[in-house]
Amino acid sequence: MRLIFITLLALALATAVGLGSTYMTATRGTDLGTLTIGAWTARPKSGSSEIDPYSRASIARSGELPIGTGDGIAFTATTDDKRKALDGRCDVIVSGVTPAARFWTLTLYDRKGHLVANSLQRYGFTSQEIVRGSDGAFEIRVAARSRAGNWLPTGGIERYTLMLRLYDTPVGVATRTQRDAPMPSVATVNCP
Amino acid sequence: MIRLAFTIIAGVLLGGVVHLVSVLALPRIATQDAYSRLTPMTKENAVTALPLPEPNNAPMPFMDPAFAVAICRYDLKDGPLKLTVPVSQAYTSVSFYTRNEVAYYAINDRSAGRKVIELDLMTEDQHSALPEDEEVTAADRLIIDSPTTTGLIVLKALAPEPGLMPQAQASLAASRCTLQTEPPPAKQPEPAAPAPAPAPAPKGKR
Repeated sequence: MRLIFITLLALALATAVGLGSTYMTATRGTDLGTLTIGAWTARPKSGSSEIDPYSRASIARSGELPIGTGDGIAFTATTDDKRKALDGRCDVIVSGVTPAARFWTLTLYDRKGHLVANSLQRYGFTSQEIVRGSDGAFEIRVAARSRAGNWLPTGGIERYTLMLRLYDTPVGVATRTQRDAPMPSVATVNCP
Repeated sequence: MIRLAFTIIAGVLLGGVVHLVSVLALPRIATQDAYSRLTPMTKENAVTALPLPEPNNAPMPFMDPAFAVAICRYDLKDGPLKLTVPVSQAYTSVSFYTRNEVAYYAINDRSAGRKVIELDLMTEDQHSALPEDEEVTAADRLIIDSPTTTGLIVLKALAPEPGLMPQAQASLAASRCTLQTEPPPAKQPEPAAPAPAPAPAPKGKR
């Protein structure tokens, strides 16, 4: 009787620990093979056959298609440079320069990867339509209410994700630091 | 008491095994992966344009709204596939995914180096069965080996401004992905027909 109880307990524990940790890694992702520059994180190997099993599991779960290595690379940011979670009710400024690439796009998603509805139907910017300063640097204001210049509407949602995709770029598996890939800064200013 | 501690340790160790097995099995048992999502809305061995992603209605999460996207869902069991994608004005790329969404190959218009991206997709068996002399004449065509018999080809064309989206969609609409059936000469006129304007250019360029 006691043996059965102990076996059942061990098996139940194994199921809970095993599936629980799988769920956690598949939803939150792991640090395996990530490239982090400032607030931005990319997984360069996700776009190749060398993708790690954890990234494969999280891609299969979310239903997205990772961007191929010969195509480009995707950086995501869910916090600003000070590790404060991006809040759609605050004004967030994305500014500076981007790594060398033929084109880039910056897109705002909710945490599940859906675009966020707004009256302008503006979901992001491409490198061509952005308004730049005379030195080539740009400043995008991510805010709930309309702003002058490059305004990216948040729709007032609480948590969002910014995705910066570089197309036809040397940035990839060999990239390690900010010097190889100067990423734009992300700063939260005036929060209500 | 010792027996209880032993039970807990055994449970946690076994849990590690369960974790590894479930992580490795997840891509195979997932029902909401990209391939399963796209299967009802795409044709097999033909190019299907995807609708633009909208806040409440997107075929997949994390799609780039600046791109026109078309899918060719392939099944190579009846023969190799021929893919022809005319290059759009701004940026065009073609990415290949296995049945389980591993991106095994991607190419963009610059690395393709011509006005039309032309590729042959086949399984490794079909590639090795290719007659020797035919491979020589096909030397200027790119041959891609697919690790799986089925999979997805994603064609993307960038619209650098929202107003250029119709152009990007039109250039993808002229792309073709067709099964190469046995007599190759019979298929010859087909890739030239869809894109009359850019078709003569690559020959002059090479």
